[in-house]
Amino acid sequence: MDQGSAAGTGGTLISLSDSEQRCYSGLYALCQPDSSGKLAAGKVAELFRASQLPAETLHQVTEVCGAKRLGYFGCGQFYGALKLMAAAQAGLPVRLESIAGELPLPVFVGITNELEMRYPNQPLTNESQSHILGSVTGSAPRPPADRPVLRHPDTSMDKQEVWSPPQSPGISPPRSPSAYRSYPYGAQRNGTDTLLVYEAKVPGLPSVPQENSSPSHYSLRLQPEQPVITRVASVERLVERVEVDYSDDPWRITEEQREYYTIQFRSLQPDLSALIMGTVAKNFFTKSKLPILELSHIWELSDVDKDGALTFPEFCTAFHLIVARKNGYPLPETLPATLRPGFVEAAVVTAPPSEKIGSVDLQMTSRQGVTTKQEARDESRKPAEFSPKRIPEPHEKPTQHVSTLKPDSPQELDANMKSRTRPRSYSSTSIDDAMKKVEEPPTPPPRPQKTHSRASSLDLNKLFQQSGQGSRRSQHSLSAKSGWLPPPPALPPRPPATQIFSFIPGSEKSSQKVVQQPNFADFSKFREEQETSVRGGLSTEDLTPPKLDSTVVHQGHAPQKPVRRKIHPESQSATPPSATPYSAATLTKSTQRPPPKQKREIQMAIRKNRETNAVLTRLNSELQQQLKVVHRERVTLESQLELLRPVAST
Amino acid sequence: MAVCIAVIAKENYPLYIRSVPTQGELKFHYTVHTSLDVVEEKISGVGKALADQRELYLGLLYPTEDYKVYGYVTNSKVKFVIVVDSSNTSLRDNEIRSMFRKLHNSFTDVMCNPFYNPGDPIQSKGHQTAQTHLPGNF
Repeated sequence: MDQGSAAGTGGTLISLSDSEQRCYSGLYALCQPDSSGKLAAGKVAELFRASQLPAETLHQVTEVCGAKRLGYFGCGQFYGALKLMAAAQAGLPVRLESIAGELPLPVFVGITNELEMRYPNQPLTNESQSHILGSVTGSAPRPPADRPVLRHPDTSMDKQEVWSPPQSPGISPPRSPSAYRSYPYGAQRNGTDTLLVYEAKVPGLPSVPQENSSPSHYSLRLQPEQPVITRVASVERLVERVEVDYSDDPWRITEEQREYYTIQFRSLQPDLSALIMGTVAKNFFTKSKLPILELSHIWELSDVDKDGALTFPEFCTAFHLIVARKNGYPLPETLPATLRPGFVEAAVVTAPPSEKIGSVDLQMTSRQGVTTKQEARDESRKPAEFSPKRIPEPHEKPTQHVSTLKPDSPQELDANMKSRTRPRSYSSTSIDDAMKKVEEPPTPPPRPQKTHSRASSLDLNKLFQQSGQGSRRSQHSLSAKSGWLPPPPALPPRPPATQIFSFIPGSEKSSQKVVQQPNFADFSKFREEQETSVRGGLSTEDLTPPKLDSTVVHQGHAPQKPVRRKIHPESQSATPPSATPYSAATLTKSTQRPPPKQKREIQMAIRKNRETNAVLTRLNSELQQQLKVVHRERVTLESQLELLRPVAST
Repeated sequence: MAVCIAVIAKENYPLYIRSVPTQGELKFHYTVHTSLDVVEEKISGVGKALADQRELYLGLLYPTEDYKVYGYVTNSKVKFVIVVDSSNTSLRDNEIRSMFRKLHNSFTDVMCNPFYNPGDPIQSKGHQTAQTHLPGNF
């Protein structure tokens, strides 16, 4: 290790003070120089990230110190870079001139402990580090004193810097929950563009994803980084979760991380057992700002069944790899054992309490720096998703979406499909498309009260009925998917949200529909309050059923996201006035089903059957194709056999 | 055995080409390029016949004194070309077919990756690994 006191940078010599020398040599050693003195690029990158300078600054530093030109960090370049970073942190421009003078030592978040270990007497460690050591468990009072001095208040880093000392808990190996709880802000390793982008987009938000462990063997405190996103409350919430710490294996997903992944998965696909389409996942992961090549590699690693879509375990794996990558861990060539879906399956988490979803969702969107578009999408998606149970394989048939089946039934289908080899024909390309398709066929899945109008052979129907009846009785919400409301006792089946939305635009047109509107308004209220009784109001309107039928058909294609959003306020405004009469009128889960209702049910049933027919036809054709492939293989094998036979017979 | 493997896009530019480096790679590039003519000839020869009727495996495109060139076309006009050493006589037709099938499978895997834009050069490591595992390859 070169302890030279002068760092040559682009020809100019820069002198280092003693303390700087010690610090820099420590950092130099930290970065794993190889025999020729070049530093490991990964370590250097981590170090740079830990300096919490904006990416442009880091690029400038790299250029000025000569590493860019050389292509690697030698000792001289490294020392120059450190000096330049110190200058940048002190607010000076990144130029050679600025480092000629005496500068405070650069501050690296999260790296300092390593220095401590190597050079316990370093002056840099100074007060802050000693504090860091002292407060391994991350007690609340952090000495911010020295930090602000050292740090230049970057625009987007302002709040972090005030709290920079809290980085230390991230350093300490026992990632104790208290560490996170103790400080709302976390100094974050965000030297990379990716996280910086997040930061930049949420400048106003105080807390920052927490500091992650420094290089080597600390297990990944991934979830603090991502998500917790920027609310103090959420940080604490996450903190309070039990932390299962297996080992320092960065490839193991902790419970907190898994919960977070679950939340994210739900935001894309409410059904935990269903698949996320490739394009959906692509859009989602692209937000992480990793290079496409890496994302592609991550996808290859995580999509083990190679079907172009992600199951929940695959999604967790992919997410975990992305987070690992952002924290500087190089991507593995093959999937680590702990990340394999088989392993992950065992730890699938049940849905976290739904109240977290809202805030975390918002946080996610804000973290991602997504504009309101994403939020709107989430919001609009959520209400719509509650009931239209996304069929796990939307590729099967768009129409199938409509049959908002319970998760059970689609799961059966899904399991069957998945077990086959590589279903690759995913026709739907995005959540938007899927949602549109959900609304297209307006026919609501029949939820007959007493009559089992379908003698369909499909389990779907039976399950549906059972679930429909069962849920009608009980009002409990099915975890996050509770949007699947108990079917309205009186009027047949409407997947709550979609129908609401589809009806309401039409309902404005006629007085009759005005009548309907309050029903749906009620329905949305229902959704909020989880009352089944509201629906009963519909039963009182005899004229509504046939009319609704037509409106359903009519409105089927109308709903779009913007429409949905518009509808919301409408429905909610309509709710108050009409809520009372209807709810008063029919608080009884009306078991009285007038005959016209039955006829309607039958129609519903017919439609439903048609849809399932279509699904089955599609399934059939796919199976036929597979059969063809298998046939071909068989022919090949047979010909090979014949070729071999004469040889064997001789 | 196979000294060169190439995946050519529909517009006849290479998406992936890899050859045994011992011999001049440029030579293989030329060879693959010229073999494209033969491929075009073969697939256009079917004329009005439907794609289903057209065999994906094109067989031996043309032999030279040093090696043989085999071709395979997918339904989306993506071509696979394998150049095999002529001295290797034990390589049977079915083996070539199976090589193409594996090639096709790994190509499909690459396609399935949502982060892959069709038309980009294939940089997937998984794909490369699959190539090396082709029978007796590289």
